[in-house]
Amino acid sequence: MHLVVCIKQVPDSAQIRVHPVTNTIMRQGVPTIINPHDLAALEEALKLCEAYGGEVTVVTMGPKMAEDALRKALTFGAHRAVLLTDRHFAGSDTLATSFALAQAIAEIGETFGTPDVVFTGKQTIDGDTAQVGPGIAKRLDLQQLTYVAKILSIDAASREITVERRAEGGSQILRTRLPCLVTMLDGADAIRRGRLDDALRAARTKVVKWSAADAGIAEPANCGLRGSPTVVKRVFAPTSREQKARQIDTTNKPLREVADGLIAAIFADQPALKHDLGFLGSTGQQGVPDVDRES
Amino acid sequence: MTKEKFDAIVVGAGMSGNAAAYAMASRGLKVLQLERGEYPGSKNVQGAIMYANMLEAIIPDFRNDAPLERHLVEQRFWIMDDTSHTGMHYRSDDFNEVTPNRYTIIRAQFDKWLSRKVCEAGGTVLCETTATGLEWDSAGKAIGVRTDRAGDVVLADVVVLAEGVNGLLGTRAGLREVPKSKNVALAVKELHFLPEEVIASRFGLTGDEGCVIEAGGTISRGMAGLGFLYTNKESISLGIGCLISNFAETMERPYALLDAFKRHPSIQPLIAGSEVKEYAAHLIPEGGFNAIPRLCGNGWVVVGDAAQLNNAVHREGSNLAMASGRMAGEAISIIKSRGGVMDKASLSLYKTILDKSFVVEDLSKQKDMPSLLHTNSPNFFTTYPQLISHAAQNFVRVDGTPKIEREIATTAAFLRARSRWGLVSDAVRLASAWR
Repeated sequence: MHLVVCIKQVPDSAQIRVHPVTNTIMRQGVPTIINPHDLAALEEALKLCEAYGGEVTVVTMGPKMAEDALRKALTFGAHRAVLLTDRHFAGSDTLATSFALAQAIAEIGETFGTPDVVFTGKQTIDGDTAQVGPGIAKRLDLQQLTYVAKILSIDAASREITVERRAEGGSQILRTRLPCLVTMLDGADAIRRGRLDDALRAARTKVVKWSAADAGIAEPANCGLRGSPTVVKRVFAPTSREQKARQIDTTNKPLREVADGLIAAIFADQPALKHDLGFLGSTGQQGVPDVDRES
Repeated sequence: MTKEKFDAIVVGAGMSGNAAAYAMASRGLKVLQLERGEYPGSKNVQGAIMYANMLEAIIPDFRNDAPLERHLVEQRFWIMDDTSHTGMHYRSDDFNEVTPNRYTIIRAQFDKWLSRKVCEAGGTVLCETTATGLEWDSAGKAIGVRTDRAGDVVLADVVVLAEGVNGLLGTRAGLREVPKSKNVALAVKELHFLPEEVIASRFGLTGDEGCVIEAGGTISRGMAGLGFLYTNKESISLGIGCLISNFAETMERPYALLDAFKRHPSIQPLIAGSEVKEYAAHLIPEGGFNAIPRLCGNGWVVVGDAAQLNNAVHREGSNLAMASGRMAGEAISIIKSRGGVMDKASLSLYKTILDKSFVVEDLSKQKDMPSLLHTNSPNFFTTYPQLISHAAQNFVRVDGTPKIEREIATTAAFLRARSRWGLVSDAVRLASAWR
């Protein structure tokens, strides 16, 4: 089985700060990590590999330094790493990124064997769009399973995959045929710690570096800034909302009075809410659930 | 699975480990280097000043691509009391030479760079991998290491212990003692970010010129210690360190010292408006010559901070680490080329080379200094700075008192504080420790 995992090197969002004066994002010295959702995808791929045999190829599109992320993925146990790097890719939005990755995955299929499952994280923590995975699936005409919490089984004979998908209000068990694309949620399993021999192999494995042309992209107009219709108009820090907590003295007051006081205070701040909730008269007449009085 | 076998395993990717690994890998040895941090440099803390010639001995053309911050043109020594500093500044245009002598560096970046050189030379570097124990054969020779990753022991002809001041591998194996608290300083530092032009104007620097301040006095609250301020390109490294034994006796808190140092009226304006990005702490070996442990044995050598190779008086550490690592690497390469066995007798070649070098020469010259400063720390770090400050103020303040009265007052202050005998004895002991 050939499993391809798309990863992205992202700034560790927990360590990004906004400059207090200029309101710009301070990128200086912010460490990079592998997008956490992608690590969940990699772990799932490695597990499948152990269960069914095969190989895991990790691929990323990014600057040269993204090689660090690939090397790390190799130490976790991935067998092969492909870095898609070319100045033509600079400034890619999700459309251009999914185009380039889809081309690269097709090329990986040609070179190293057709993938059975392509994995991505459900989204990246820097862009948060969740569009690249589905974009790849569409372009490669793959079955698409998004927001997958767990891969339940793969039937190699009938070439079917069964997964648990997190959905609003519950879980769905979905089955489809291979090849498919899975976007993984994180939190199912932490990424493993690679064995010593994996780490040694990773240190010696050469990361495959492909330019746009190497990935079979003949028309760079679909890549990078030129292939990206998305325009970032403005980046800004939301103004911080400063609100003081108000304290209400409740000593020796009946609960009803405390509750009425609370509601009155809220409505004083948000008059529209009062109307929306259907309050017409004084508090406690309409719309308030019947609370257990004086208890 | 077959066990991997290397010519040498280097434990640690700091200055000494990288120097050793590079020396061996570039001579064609099959080298494995283990580093517990996420990347080389991620766990390494230093001020940091890097001395060029020790690095030149390893990578002659390092100036082409090494991440260097500023070359130093000015050195300030400050003796501080609570409100003042008495300083000696040395600045020279001679330091604006083609191949400058000293640079400030940021270790996280520098070590990454040096490690890349190790990889390019053919070494295998594994990060996030902690060596947990040495493996011995029945004859008592180290034959490899165990790691915290699942899998087999990795074998090697020789293990280079470059594991730093607090190296657990060697102490656990009984190759050396855990460093004594009087032989180790704890330094804390912060990295303050400021725009390049602000740093340039505050210190009077052009281009890549840099300035360092090293300060002693009441900032260490009577303990044997030193404060420092180093200018990087867009940041200032600021820190203070004192002996662990002093911290234990006085119950002073390191971060409180640093906080007070930052708020000192002589320091505060230099870092005003900066943004603190990093807080780090590190142990520094201060025991000098007398604290150097056994340097080699059957199948192992120890280098750098792990071998306590640090010159407290001249504030040199990383250069001794680089030099000792290189010498160990060269010795091992020589033994290997002769087809020799890496036993205690052959590896003593490393000790021979080291003994003949400036490393041991310098350390032995000042072998009594650490204990002198330790036993006399309140005098050297509180009394004298206060007296010097007092004397300086007496000299410059003009308020109508006759000069002779002021001079008498200054002398009297010295005598009151230390007595004639105390002054003479401090001077003699300081001079003899220096020699």
